[in-house]
Amino acid sequence: MVRFITRRVLVGVATIIAISIIVFGLFFAVPSSPAKVMCGKNCDPASIAAVETRLGLREPIVEQYTSFMKGVFVGRTYAPGTAFERQCDAPCLGYSFRNDEPVTAILKRTVPVTISIVVGAAILWLLIGVSLGMISALRRGTLFDKIAIGISLTGASMQVFFFGLILLYGLVYATGWLDFPSYTPFTENPLKWAQGLILPWVTLGFLNSAIYARLSRAQMLETLSEDYVRTARAKGLPLGRVYTKHALRAAITPIVTIAGLDIGASLGGTFITETIFGLRGLGKETVEAVNFLNLPIVVATVLLAAVFIVVANLIVDLLYAVIDPRVRLS
Amino acid sequence: MRKTDSASDVPAAGATDGLGGTVALEVNSPVDAPIEAQKKEFVGRSPGQLAWLRLKRDRTAAISAITLVILGVIALLAPVIGKLRGMSATQPFTDKLNDYAMPLGYAGGMNSTHWLGLEPGNGRDILMQLVYGMRTSLLIAFASAIVASTIGVLIGVLAGYARGWLDSAINWVIDLTLAFPFLIFALAVIPIVEDRFFGARDAIPASFRVGLIIATFGMFSWTYTARLVRGQVIALREREFVEAARAAGAGTQHILFRQLLPNIWAPILVTLSLNVPAFITTEAALAFVNIGVIEPTPDLGRMIFNSIAFVASDPWYTLWPGMTIFILVLAFNLLGDSLRDALDPKSTR
Repeated sequence: MVRFITRRVLVGVATIIAISIIVFGLFFAVPSSPAKVMCGKNCDPASIAAVETRLGLREPIVEQYTSFMKGVFVGRTYAPGTAFERQCDAPCLGYSFRNDEPVTAILKRTVPVTISIVVGAAILWLLIGVSLGMISALRRGTLFDKIAIGISLTGASMQVFFFGLILLYGLVYATGWLDFPSYTPFTENPLKWAQGLILPWVTLGFLNSAIYARLSRAQMLETLSEDYVRTARAKGLPLGRVYTKHALRAAITPIVTIAGLDIGASLGGTFITETIFGLRGLGKETVEAVNFLNLPIVVATVLLAAVFIVVANLIVDLLYAVIDPRVRLS
Repeated sequence: MRKTDSASDVPAAGATDGLGGTVALEVNSPVDAPIEAQKKEFVGRSPGQLAWLRLKRDRTAAISAITLVILGVIALLAPVIGKLRGMSATQPFTDKLNDYAMPLGYAGGMNSTHWLGLEPGNGRDILMQLVYGMRTSLLIAFASAIVASTIGVLIGVLAGYARGWLDSAINWVIDLTLAFPFLIFALAVIPIVEDRFFGARDAIPASFRVGLIIATFGMFSWTYTARLVRGQVIALREREFVEAARAAGAGTQHILFRQLLPNIWAPILVTLSLNVPAFITTEAALAFVNIGVIEPTPDLGRMIFNSIAFVASDPWYTLWPGMTIFILVLAFNLLGDSLRDALDPKSTR
């Protein structure tokens, strides 16, 4: 088990390092001049040069990368020995090109918003989706099953931006039942936090429920046709125990995998949901940074999203070993 | 993945072995052919023909296919429709907007000239925008799906057949690509690459952006096909027919593309068909955050993005492009599901 975990962690770290090299190289080497982007329209060569010195953009790209990585772990000093010298403590991800705000401060402000959206929606979609799928698998062919299939088929083909706007119109503008979504920190007022986020939760939660209902129905049906389920029933085990103890455990394993990966990927930024509902999370911040070619923020958010995916992968692997004893042997 | 008509595999009972005398029905034959079955007409059917037969019986598949053909023809005939209706997609009808730039009349300005109304703000005809936007969507989705599948098949076949370090290396690249936050990366890479080729003030040709989107989609979506093909090739490469081909002196290329590939086209086709709706959604999502196809090329996702500002006052503007994307994606998904069921007789759904 220890070897299994160590190997997984090492692979994860190697993946993140590889991604950081690709992202950094692509984003900092490719644009014509990051300093020109930052400096704005009417910029003379002297001020471009000043910006480049201040941000350490004059060094070769390899050195820029190493000082970037050094900044993340131990902090760094920008433009040492010049008038622009400034200290950036670890974890240092640089400064926004637009207003010189430290990227870490931007992340601290935006990440909680995205986490709040994803956590609430994930609870909804796992609860509704998985139970809907399981029930319709157990009642295969009934009216309930048919309705559930119909809803999940439509929901799985629906887009977040369309469904979100329908809800926004129907529940906010046309009827006034809900307020326009807003973000209040959970620690400040939990009730307001939930009230402000209910619309994004329902939007993401419903659409993903559809996908999870389809998936868990298929998984459960496959498990129910397995020999050991038949054996358990033949032994005279009560139906309820067969379903919960034997079938559910096997059927839920692949769902855990997919749920973990989905949640990990969403944490990197639910940018469509955030754009529709005007919530300043990681996704909206990335979109804005991209439109202004604000590279430090883009690099930081893409890397953070990659870290979320890799960590989610790791957690899923470990959970897998807990749920499915066969994995431990390998 | 070979599928054969259950009847055609059965040696016809009563056939002679050429030496005279009747050969008895084989006891361990896969299916004991009932006597009546032989009297029926004996038709040999290829797996492809069987799948086609199953697909034809599927009503959902038929409805989705017809819907898609109609929408596809409309999209292809976009310029003709423009000529017939006497307007272009980008023509502004500002005289039909009120002082607040909202369309005059009911339901977003729907009338006999503008069947689906006008866009608030710039007063373009929504139907023409939809027709042209569908063309953009379908072009990008199909091209990306084909690019992604081609890369995936080539890399998958190579990895599956190569074994050893090449296989491990490709596997690692696949893992790496899967760990990339694709949408966020696509979002970030498109403007940055564009900035490399065009300065901030140059006009960027629409075709460049379209090509860039297709390339980005292709670069990051081949992994699934590659994994699938690799697995299939590993399962097939030890089979006798491959050995036989090799014994007969066939080269690697022949074994890969003439022997192995024809056996795995079914799952490849299913992946390809389910990739198309996924790309339609992704392309619209990119356009939705302003990184997609740029003005003046009409685009469904960008229409929805533009409509956010008008949701409260003119929900029709959101509804039309939203419905179009939804119907396209739903029809493709249903058709893809039916295709999978038709190609895989074991599937229960």
